[in-house]
Amino acid sequence: MSVLLHAASITKSFAGARALAGVSFDLHAGEVHAIVGENGAGKSTLIKILSGAESPDAGSLSVGGASIAALTPPLAHALGIATIYQQPSLFPDLSVAENIALARERGGLWRRVRWAGWRSAARDVLARLGVAIDPDRLVGTLTMPEQQIVEIAKALATDARIVIMDEPTASLSGREVERLLAIVARLRTEGGGIVYISHRLDEVFRVADRITVLRDGEAVATRAAARLDRGALIRLMVGRDLAAVFPTRSGAPGRVALEVRGLSSRASGLHDVSLDVRRGEIVGLAGLVGSGRTELAETIFGLRAADAGSLRVDGVEVRIHRPDEAMAHGIGYVPEDRRQHGVVLPMAVAANATLASLDRVAPRGMIDVAAERRAGERAVRDLAIKTPSIDAPVEALSGGNQQKVALARWLAIEPSILILDEPTQGVDVGAKGEIHAIVNRLADRGAAVLLISSELPEVLALGDRVAVMRQGAIAGVLPRADATADRVMELALPDSRRAD
Amino acid sequence: MSAAHRRERSVALAIATLAAVLALARPEYFSPENLVDLLLSNLGVMTTAIGTTLVILTGEIDISVGSVFAICSVAAGAAAVRGAPLPAVALVACATGAVLGLLNGVLVAAAGIPSIVVTLAAMIALRDALQWTTQGEWISGLPDRFQWLGLTQGTYPAAAAIGVALIACAAAWMLRASFAGRAIYAVGSNADAARLAGIRTGRVKGAVFVVGGLLTGVGALLNAVRFHQIPSNGGIGLEMKVIAAVVVGGAAVTGGRGTLAGTALGVVLLGAIGPALTFLGVSAYWERALQGAIILAAVAGDAIGARHAAGARAGAAAARV
Repeated sequence: MSVLLHAASITKSFAGARALAGVSFDLHAGEVHAIVGENGAGKSTLIKILSGAESPDAGSLSVGGASIAALTPPLAHALGIATIYQQPSLFPDLSVAENIALARERGGLWRRVRWAGWRSAARDVLARLGVAIDPDRLVGTLTMPEQQIVEIAKALATDARIVIMDEPTASLSGREVERLLAIVARLRTEGGGIVYISHRLDEVFRVADRITVLRDGEAVATRAAARLDRGALIRLMVGRDLAAVFPTRSGAPGRVALEVRGLSSRASGLHDVSLDVRRGEIVGLAGLVGSGRTELAETIFGLRAADAGSLRVDGVEVRIHRPDEAMAHGIGYVPEDRRQHGVVLPMAVAANATLASLDRVAPRGMIDVAAERRAGERAVRDLAIKTPSIDAPVEALSGGNQQKVALARWLAIEPSILILDEPTQGVDVGAKGEIHAIVNRLADRGAAVLLISSELPEVLALGDRVAVMRQGAIAGVLPRADATADRVMELALPDSRRAD
Repeated sequence: MSAAHRRERSVALAIATLAAVLALARPEYFSPENLVDLLLSNLGVMTTAIGTTLVILTGEIDISVGSVFAICSVAAGAAAVRGAPLPAVALVACATGAVLGLLNGVLVAAAGIPSIVVTLAAMIALRDALQWTTQGEWISGLPDRFQWLGLTQGTYPAAAAIGVALIACAAAWMLRASFAGRAIYAVGSNADAARLAGIRTGRVKGAVFVVGGLLTGVGALLNAVRFHQIPSNGGIGLEMKVIAAVVVGGAAVTGGRGTLAGTALGVVLLGAIGPALTFLGVSAYWERALQGAIILAAVAGDAIGARHAAGARAGAAAARV
């Protein structure tokens, strides 16, 4: 069996954070090789390296037996590697034929456009896929599944022998999944190799010949799919020792502070979400990326509108349409993307730390500079923020310290309910421990904490209870004693049999 | 902060260089008559530029100030001709500007239309509306007490200059030391983060347009009292003058960065350069080319600086993958 693609001992770090460590991976002609792993296991980074979007720090790549020194996207294209991302990357204002033609056409800007050729080539490719999409339709008018098929058509039109599919079924429903799996099977019989990344394990078992499991940036196993079952695969995905030291907490939770009842939103993809968080309690919110965790947080905080459902704070029904209204009810929200949403990068540490509590440092509209400095210094001291001074812009700080500033901003309003979205993402180990301690301390003081994290050990260690979201709904709530990595993953993983 | 001050220093240096050249080659440039003339012709620009600085700091833009300026001038003149007392005339100018600013602000903040589109539409529509209303006629027969705001021709320049300086200082203090100023910088730096911190970004944006319109009204009034007639086509090209001064003064057109001191220096540099060319015997046709070159030089510095910053950000963004 010929090897189409071989990656040996790939290592990649981003700004000191290790994404991949010595990962080897190969793809044979006529096989579907699935890559599975938790969020953050390194799947995206590996795909980017295989498609030339990122270059590895160490390791080597060979395509069709020839060693490749530096793979770039155009070179990958020339070598017959096509990547289909989760979100289609198409031109919505161009027709299907034009989108497909742009993928394959090469040459000068002033060539003549051969419309007839483009159209017939597009029709051929779509026919090979067994779909009836008019090549003259604008891509923007197609449904998401149709766009996904156009992406695949683009890959076929370039005569790609290696097709990398990143969560191709994430936005598809049952019947569309069936059609896509049939297309994958057809590509395989034509002798191509397919790298298939999916969280839907039943799909993986249906199409994959081999499965590679990534965990914490390492390839922990490559097995024939026939020799694995779902349970064994989940254990490989999560099976790490949970010995990592997390501070423990005592103290019984008090009365219910935040009560979410039947929250639904078509636009945000939330279905009948109900959840309680008590005073002095940390509820971990687990789930895959895209399962609706952030959407739920943003809906509670008034950033998104709900179609149905109610919200109670300390037993009183409240209506929240804007962040300032949420804050008036004592709710704080540390958002996921700290650089985009959590802090204002060019602003000073002190100004950032007081931005959500300006009413305290500027009681009559004018900022009390002394009070602001005191608040800034208190934040730096309480959270051990490493900064040259409280006047330094936040962009000069490391990721972990930026996150502490984002936290400080919300601690300053003394929230009775705090929602934390991926508070330790991209944060080094030391700062991570400090942030965990801060969260624990906050709960000990009686705040209700909703902790969203993709890192299972974090959720399991900090959460008094763990709520698991799947496809916009709460799949289950586990008390601490029952919350194991396997059970959380079992609840979090979607299943296309359930998808319809 | 230090980067902004660097810009202010370099603009100040450019002004000093220009002054030195003029002092050596054409000392008559510094005659009291010429300086007063320069001051009077730029007070309106400066007042308007204060408002535009606030708008640009929030990351928006207002290119309708020239048309608003014309309408405020005519409104003030019409009130004066009809015998309104001076305070009422001033109120008419300010209120007209504020209402037109509110119109822009509501369309930008509440309707979510890009400010370049809203104010482009306002710029065109308001100017044509004024032409239609006045039928192109200028306002004349202004009462004597309207001239120089009832002051003498000798005392007016100093009084007006002090007034504008007070407005500028108040605005600068507001930007530095108030809740509102902090909100303006936060919204312009990162509107999403500001919204998440509970700041009502729409209100902030709406408010700066209102203040911008109001200050345009003040500028129009200060300009109108210098003449015996009020043209129905005043303020043409004012928006470009003002935006140029703000940009040269170091404000980022993307918002979040800039100071009023920088804007003031920008107004001085761009305002002084035209007459300087005349004094130096250079054709006045070069004035705009030179102003263009100054803007380009100032912004090119920004672009290079931004590229460094973007490089650092891209690295950090990749780290989150």
